[in-house]
Amino acid sequence: MSFLEYAPAPESRAILSLRDQYGLFIDGEFVEGRGTPFQTISPASEERIAMISNANPADVDDAVAAARRAYDRTWSKMSGRDRGKYLFRIARLVQERSRELAVAESLDNGKPIKESRDVDVPLVAAWFFYYAGWADKLDHAGLGAGPRAHGVAAQVIPWNFPLLMLSWKIAPALAAGNTVVLKPAETTSLTALIFAEILQQADLPPGVVNIITGAGDTGATLVAHDGVDKVAFTGSTAVGRAIAKQIAGTDKKATLELGGKAANIVFDDAPIDQAIEGIVNGIFFNQGHVCCAGSRLLVQENIHDEVVERLKLRLSTLRLGDPLDKNTDIGAINSKEQLERIRMLSDVGVAEGADRWSVACEIPENGFWYAPTIFTNVQTSSRIAREEIFGPVLSVLTFRTPAEAIAKANNTPYGLSAGIWTDKGSRILAVADKLRAGVVWANTFNRFDPSSPFGGYKESGYGREGGRHGLAAYLTPAPVGQAAISAGRAGAKSVSAGRAAAKPRIEAKDAAKNTRTAPSRSAKAAKKGAAK
Amino acid sequence: MSGTSLVTARERALAVLGGEPDDQTLGRYLHGIPGVDAVGLEQRAAGLGTRSIKTSSKKWALDKIISLVDLTTLEGADTPGKVRSLVAKAVNPDPADPSTPRVAAVCVYGDMVPYAVDALGGAHGDPDDGLISVAAVATAFPSGRSSLEIKLADTAEAVAAGADEIDMVIDRGAFLAGRYGQVFDQISAVKDACRRADGTSASLKVILETGELVTYDNVRRASWLSILAGGDFIKTSTGKVSPAATLPVTLLMLEVVRDWHLATGHRVGVKPAGGIRASKDAIKYLVTVAETVGEDWLVPHLFRFGASSLLNDVLLQRQKMTTGHYSGPDYVTID
Repeated sequence: MSFLEYAPAPESRAILSLRDQYGLFIDGEFVEGRGTPFQTISPASEERIAMISNANPADVDDAVAAARRAYDRTWSKMSGRDRGKYLFRIARLVQERSRELAVAESLDNGKPIKESRDVDVPLVAAWFFYYAGWADKLDHAGLGAGPRAHGVAAQVIPWNFPLLMLSWKIAPALAAGNTVVLKPAETTSLTALIFAEILQQADLPPGVVNIITGAGDTGATLVAHDGVDKVAFTGSTAVGRAIAKQIAGTDKKATLELGGKAANIVFDDAPIDQAIEGIVNGIFFNQGHVCCAGSRLLVQENIHDEVVERLKLRLSTLRLGDPLDKNTDIGAINSKEQLERIRMLSDVGVAEGADRWSVACEIPENGFWYAPTIFTNVQTSSRIAREEIFGPVLSVLTFRTPAEAIAKANNTPYGLSAGIWTDKGSRILAVADKLRAGVVWANTFNRFDPSSPFGGYKESGYGREGGRHGLAAYLTPAPVGQAAISAGRAGAKSVSAGRAAAKPRIEAKDAAKNTRTAPSRSAKAAKKGAAK
Repeated sequence: MSGTSLVTARERALAVLGGEPDDQTLGRYLHGIPGVDAVGLEQRAAGLGTRSIKTSSKKWALDKIISLVDLTTLEGADTPGKVRSLVAKAVNPDPADPSTPRVAAVCVYGDMVPYAVDALGGAHGDPDDGLISVAAVATAFPSGRSSLEIKLADTAEAVAAGADEIDMVIDRGAFLAGRYGQVFDQISAVKDACRRADGTSASLKVILETGELVTYDNVRRASWLSILAGGDFIKTSTGKVSPAATLPVTLLMLEVVRDWHLATGHRVGVKPAGGIRASKDAIKYLVTVAETVGEDWLVPHLFRFGASSLLNDVLLQRQKMTTGHYSGPDYVTID
């Protein structure tokens, strides 16, 4: 046996104490759903993990009603400082139970344990810690003094980062004073339900967070529910568009975090070994199930062959297999449907004349797997260069000049993220300035921080998550008269409160812009700063 | 083991550089190499450090580490007795377990070479054949601050006394001042001094002293420069300057030897030295070698650990794997 076939190093599942079936978490209790329960499986082995309740419309009613009660009676009356205490408590509990959460996440989602352990779960804790600090400082969220929560937030999250997306949604919502009904993705409900246990442990008042499980129709019922004031969705552009239509004409506020087809631009003066790592991290992190994945590699023509050759060498050291093995780099594809979509689009790539190269690795017998794949000789008109594949498939395109790189990078209906690799600082700034993407990473990729806003242009959605902007998305400015009163109450100690009272209309307009349209330059600049 | 010939090295350098190795040509070449992004490099090294090496892999790794160690004593207080003790340990690292492999080499100051050769006796030879080499530090180690004549005499004396490997230091001052030609010429001259009367040559390890070069870009350039000038090995540090070997620096140097191999088909060794004390850390280096240049680099003529206290920690871990329980420092010998 060669050394590189490292002996198995599986993370123990003994730390998990899973139930055989899970109910819906409504009003602080687990209750049985009234729809037909479904099973959740491990995508790596197709073994059944547990039965999950299915929320029908009556359950959705109950959850929204519980959230409304909690908002009216408890949460909206509680001081920011006390809300913050709960969030700090949740953050600490997430840290305490981090290994358990990581194992459950890898089991249910199929992502490698090294990612759930080193990326997902630590970020979840960081998100709660960050927004815990905001809870008593809402006057400084940029909306003037005394901003208010929306009320009940309906949140629907995807399967690629189940627990992380939960934290991106719940942490700012609670800090801002909203109550929540959250629906995790059908294939990855497990960690959300363990998180519900953490909420019980944290003694969070009943109804402040409700977690209902089910398929797409449950989510649609929730989003359409009359008792909902705010909708936050992360997922596909098609569903996001349907949600936008559904809530059009209502008072509901919305943030949508949708698909992406990010360009990862490698200039010929890039630090080449680190760029190769960045390309790998950009598209093969989490099996490419990342909305901001760098799925279009734009490489300067004069180094194309060298980059592709080095990339292939590097990819052959990736280890695909058991997600719970600590040495696994590439885990399982989350579902059969997703695997079929990846296969279909790859076949389209071949049919369109691109050259497919896949890592020669052993594919486990059971479960859903796709070997890391790169396509060269891809044209900008190819479907694999246009559509989001959401899998470990990289399309390599070339460019000759910075202007061409920018044009090609922007030539997509999406605009979530982009990457720039060059040794030249001035070029980073010049190119980043012209990229229409919510996040621009320079000499790195797929780095996240709770203080840094994240969100898209165009079909990648609207609204921002993370940072002050993410908080503002769960707040509304105080009504004109109220702001003045609030400012008066705050007295002379708050300068910003006084300023807000003087020109409330402008503040209100700015705030609306923050949640509704493409990001301000400051959001983008913050992103650049956080990129390294 | 023996070094490559100087003539071949020079021809190769001229072919790669496309001109005489003076300051201008070397400067143009070294500054044309793509830069290093420090954050990315350190991130990659940290990622490699998270590999979990268990059971059979760990057992293999521990034996491999022992067989790649240059067991070192470089103290002003070294005596012939101390060197004999070191050699005994090198030949028979764990008296309780004869299946323990021998180390690759003993590394001593030049004046201690005769005692090391004498103590090794029949065990003296090529580590690729399971024997033990004698490595000598030379060229006004560790600072390198003396004239070329003295550096060459230092080298020639060690080789004449029976050293198989010479660990030289580069003139960091000249390198930092951009006098690349001077550094190149010194390495070439030392390499020439490694030649024995019978035409064979001692292997040359070039110590960059990365702790004094400070930036990764400098380390990369110094690595290329040393290889171009004919070094058979590039070595991180003397062990006298902090920081000594780090995983990111070693990864970077491995990337250079990988690229050099891709470009010329010629293999150069890497030796991290100083500061590697725990088996756990040494295993990270093995992982880094295997995943950067490939597993076939894990042989004594292509990879070494310069270490002294590492050996005992590996022996403790090895005993633990055999017996199932941890013993303690009194169950391994001091050297």
